[in-house]
Amino acid sequence: MNRTRILGIETSCDETAAAVVVDGHEVLSSVVSSQVDLHARFGGVVPEIASRAHVELLTPVVARALVEAGIDDDHVDAVAATVGPGLIGALLVGVSAAKTLALVWGVPFVAVNHLEAHLYAALLEDPDLELPVVVLLVSGGHTLLVLMEGHGRYRILGSTIDDAAGEAFDKVARYLGLGYPGGPAIDAIAMAGDPHAIAFPRAILDESYDFSFSGLKTAVVNHVRKHPDVATEDVAASFQEAVVDVLVTKARRAAQEHGARALCLAGGVAANSQLRERLLDACVADGLRAFLPSRSMCTDNAAMVAAAGWYRLQADGPSPLDTGASPNLRLVST
Amino acid sequence: MLIAGIDTATVQVSVAVGGHEGVLASTQSSRGRQHAEILTPAIEFTCRQARIELSEISVVAVDLGPGLFTGLRVGVAAAKAMAHALNVPMIGVPSLDLLAFPVRFTPRLIVAAIDARRGELFYAFYRQVPGGIQRLSDHQVGSPDDLASELLAAGEDCLLVGDGALRYREVFEGLKRIEIVEEGLAYPSASSLVMLAHAKALREEWVKPWDLQPLYLRKPDAEINWATRPSV
Ligand SMILES: [Zn+2]
Repeated sequence: MNRTRILGIETSCDETAAAVVVDGHEVLSSVVSSQVDLHARFGGVVPEIASRAHVELLTPVVARALVEAGIDDDHVDAVAATVGPGLIGALLVGVSAAKTLALVWGVPFVAVNHLEAHLYAALLEDPDLELPVVVLLVSGGHTLLVLMEGHGRYRILGSTIDDAAGEAFDKVARYLGLGYPGGPAIDAIAMAGDPHAIAFPRAILDESYDFSFSGLKTAVVNHVRKHPDVATEDVAASFQEAVVDVLVTKARRAAQEHGARALCLAGGVAANSQLRERLLDACVADGLRAFLPSRSMCTDNAAMVAAAGWYRLQADGPSPLDTGASPNLRLVST
Repeated sequence: MLIAGIDTATVQVSVAVGGHEGVLASTQSSRGRQHAEILTPAIEFTCRQARIELSEISVVAVDLGPGLFTGLRVGVAAAKAMAHALNVPMIGVPSLDLLAFPVRFTPRLIVAAIDARRGELFYAFYRQVPGGIQRLSDHQVGSPDDLASELLAAGEDCLLVGDGALRYREVFEGLKRIEIVEEGLAYPSASSLVMLAHAKALREEWVKPWDLQPLYLRKPDAEINWATRPSV
């Protein structure tokens, strides 16, 4: 049987990444060059700096992914790239390079939705999907609760009405002086704190599956103003507990209501240790299977792009070479 | 030697293929869709019109800018990918050189000026030399008035070329001894790129794909703001 080796390219935000994956699940290489140091002093991703860094980093990152995959003179069978959503200038670097590689090698180009790629990160390590599955996709840019009924068949159950979960972590971390990016910083310091020290509000928003984190952020600021001597560890732990509580409660309720067989975590915030632990506990309690991608697969990477690209190639065939970037691309059911 | 030239530094996308025999085929389009949408099909089309296989290309040349950042990066990313996939060297040529090259048959001082948006121009000065052009200055970024006073100071007959010159026509038209080149030559072209790259290739002025850097001339806004932030 033929093995389809796909080169994936990811440049939608501040990670320059390339990977080679066989048949959507066998990772031959996955190279991620993070620009986090370039953006840290600005407290967030600066689009123009990100785009410039992608131009500089992409060729060596692709070269390394090919070498690590043992592909030298020989080439891959298709090239997949994230076309959106993301920063337009950043996306264009990856899309242009990917289409050109595909053209020169004479292989298909596959346009990949970044959100769909995040969903496939979990399946990459655990390919036998049990449907339907409820996916909680939480990152710096997105907070989505998705019902995945099959490959390419999605229903958005809920999303954030204000800040993304990862954005809330970044803002609170910045306020607490913990630096950027906020997720790992809060995760680390929360280990030493009491998650029940402060009862921060949980925005449950009734029966809806939508999320809201801006009230929680304000509550953190108000609490620290009122209690300047409060231990930062306790604030971080209690804030994290409140976020995780809301995320897990809603994901669990969605799984019950839609008869899901499994719960799946995706996106950068899925690397949070408290969220992983709590979601796993919930799955055990409810008799659900848990798909928890490894930490390196939660954050932006190109293996997930290559994996999603493989499913897209089976379903839709190659994408046209006049494909551009779609910064506001959404996850729609097909 | 077959050279593929890619230029996306202005609103125009241009691709050409050529070598010792000059330019074999070229395409250009300057309105409408995103650079990335046009470029890849344009590369395919241009090679087909030149009756060559992509695998025959032995050098990839690219317009390095200065120009419009987003478009410029599309071409540079594609050119690097092409050179990488073909395992061939690259040659980078500045956009202003490409503007000056087609109007080189004049004894006048040549001034190439690209619209840099935000009320500014990227510009440089050139003079004809045997077999080509010579740049007399660094690439500069400044207002049309900055350039106008440099032209006055030069005190000689000048030929002004580029979309920047046309956009601020009213600033330059009043000056004596200045002529502005019409629309047809307002953008850098991949044909000039292939010809200039050919000369550089004969001198073996190669760049590796991972060493090639675009000429931005401006820092990202965030860094400018950072550098000028009030100290706290
Ligand atoms: Zn992401």
